[in-house]
Amino acid sequence: MFGFDILFPSLLNGLTTGAVYALIALGLTLIYGVLHIINFAHGAALMVALYAVYLLKVNWGVDPYLALPIVVPGMFALGYVLQRAVINRASHGKDENILLVTLGLSIVLENLALIVFKSDTRTIETAYTLATVQIGPAFIAVPKLVAFAGALLCAGVLMAIVARTDLGRAIRAVAREKHGARLMGIDVDHVYAMSFGIGLACLGAAACFLLPTYYVNPQVGSGFVLVAFTIVVLGGMGSFAGALVGGLLIGVVESLGGLVLGESLGQIGIFGIFILVLLFRPQGLFGARA
Amino acid sequence: MHERLSQRSRDASGRSVALKDVATIVVFAVAVALLTAWLDSGVWLTFVMMTLYATLLAQAWNLLGGFGGQFSFGHALFFGTGAYVQAIAQMQGGFNPWLALVVAVAVAAGVGAVVGALTFRYGLKGSYFALVTLAFAEVFRILALSVGFTGGGVGLMLPLAESAGNMQFGSRKGYIALMLGLVVAALAVTAWLRRSRFGAQLQAVRDNEDAARAIGVDPWRTKLGAITLSGGFMGAAGAFYLQVFQYIDPAIAFGPQVSVEALVGAIVGGMGTLWGPLLGALVLHTLADLTRNLFGALPGINLVIYGAVLILIVMFLPRGIAGMLDRWKRS
Repeated sequence: MFGFDILFPSLLNGLTTGAVYALIALGLTLIYGVLHIINFAHGAALMVALYAVYLLKVNWGVDPYLALPIVVPGMFALGYVLQRAVINRASHGKDENILLVTLGLSIVLENLALIVFKSDTRTIETAYTLATVQIGPAFIAVPKLVAFAGALLCAGVLMAIVARTDLGRAIRAVAREKHGARLMGIDVDHVYAMSFGIGLACLGAAACFLLPTYYVNPQVGSGFVLVAFTIVVLGGMGSFAGALVGGLLIGVVESLGGLVLGESLGQIGIFGIFILVLLFRPQGLFGARA
Repeated sequence: MHERLSQRSRDASGRSVALKDVATIVVFAVAVALLTAWLDSGVWLTFVMMTLYATLLAQAWNLLGGFGGQFSFGHALFFGTGAYVQAIAQMQGGFNPWLALVVAVAVAAGVGAVVGALTFRYGLKGSYFALVTLAFAEVFRILALSVGFTGGGVGLMLPLAESAGNMQFGSRKGYIALMLGLVVAALAVTAWLRRSRFGAQLQAVRDNEDAARAIGVDPWRTKLGAITLSGGFMGAAGAFYLQVFQYIDPAIAFGPQVSVEALVGAIVGGMGTLWGPLLGALVLHTLADLTRNLFGALPGINLVIYGAVLILIVMFLPRGIAGMLDRWKRS
């Protein structure tokens, strides 16, 4: 139906988008794996990070990549405080409550952005926005390649933190058995907040990589939130490898689906996968049966 | 936590409680009717109409979320289905709007039954159920944008033809009468749920699905009944929306706003109660109108309030306003 000349660029494009999806989904799956909660405000938090990158660029001329050391710690702090001050306090130990509170947070954040920034879609201009490199028959935008490499690098750093550091050990202990971890002297509330902070820090990095080729408006997060959930569910809730593979896969599905069905119907492919996986294989591709 | 099943005895006192429900619903309906007849300011009539409309949204959500414990994040799915069926049946099928309303409710209930059959068959609950309903609503939104007979992104505009036979009333009062009828129907179904065998089974499934199964309740069939009822009332709200505003597009029909309004109203008012949705709708609309007067018509300000109230209620009043009033009454 389509020749290699059309399929290959589309595939590459899907992989570069998919890497950023994977980074967003890694944050979500970390929060799920440790806190066993679904962070419904993940999309809204990404929107906040995108506006932060946008404002840094427009007001102070900070290049989006140089904004990384500002936005990533900033998002980490936001996540830490939100978890300790709002989510933990409202949960009363019930998962439904956390779902509702994070839904409430996302409604508040999105509509505050609507009030402050209006519904305009904003983009930034950089020197390299339009730069491309040729790979075989495909021309790929340089920022997309940077995003691909950067997202994979961040994913590697995150996995190394969880696998090798003391904090990572504490996170894994709390995820496995929180009462046992508490008895071993681990401050569980602190680990919860750290995990939530790290999850949001991933969004900060994703925002820096996204904005040079993407846009920001108050609703931008809601598009990502279902995609991120699809990836996490597809990869298996709490599985890092699953989130990585799932992210790349969904990026490719979206890109090829858009090619075959057109932009808007291509999105249906993602939601279709989401519904089908939840119905028929809720443990995902890599997850253990809950 | 919830009403004990044993308190819901079926003796003479149970019957008198049921009579009390009927009596309060009649008093409520008469009071709203009198208030509407007495009011002549357009602003206040609109307030009454929109509060009743929000009450119906919250009541529909409450049937499944409050009594069944299944939290839907995508109730706009049924609302949008009702609105589009109401429009398409009239504009392309030549249906009378009153007949179209029946069809709209039936189709929305049918969509509820199909979604329920799929999701409950595979045992989805909690967060997963919430996400799947949201995904279904998104799929319908994209479909409504893409297929021809919905008018795509432009939406559908109902031709103006003012007469009661056309369900297009000259004043707000006609619409209030229609909506009051729908709200009373929803209240009656809710009151029935609190007393009936089906309602007791539904609440048993909500409180402990395994225990309910052990005493012979079929959770799948019970939840299926609840989502079908809930979808039907949500479809009625969508059809009503179309008749009042005479316009529908994919974002209004299937976007998150309606889903949020239904959910927040029920939770703020008190899940699994008879009057909670009305209390929630009343409080939220009063707050939204007050802020509109204070800050002007900023887009999104009412949703900021809804979100903030949702967080505060979950934090401090997990049983909603109705639960708080109940506690006062007892102490």
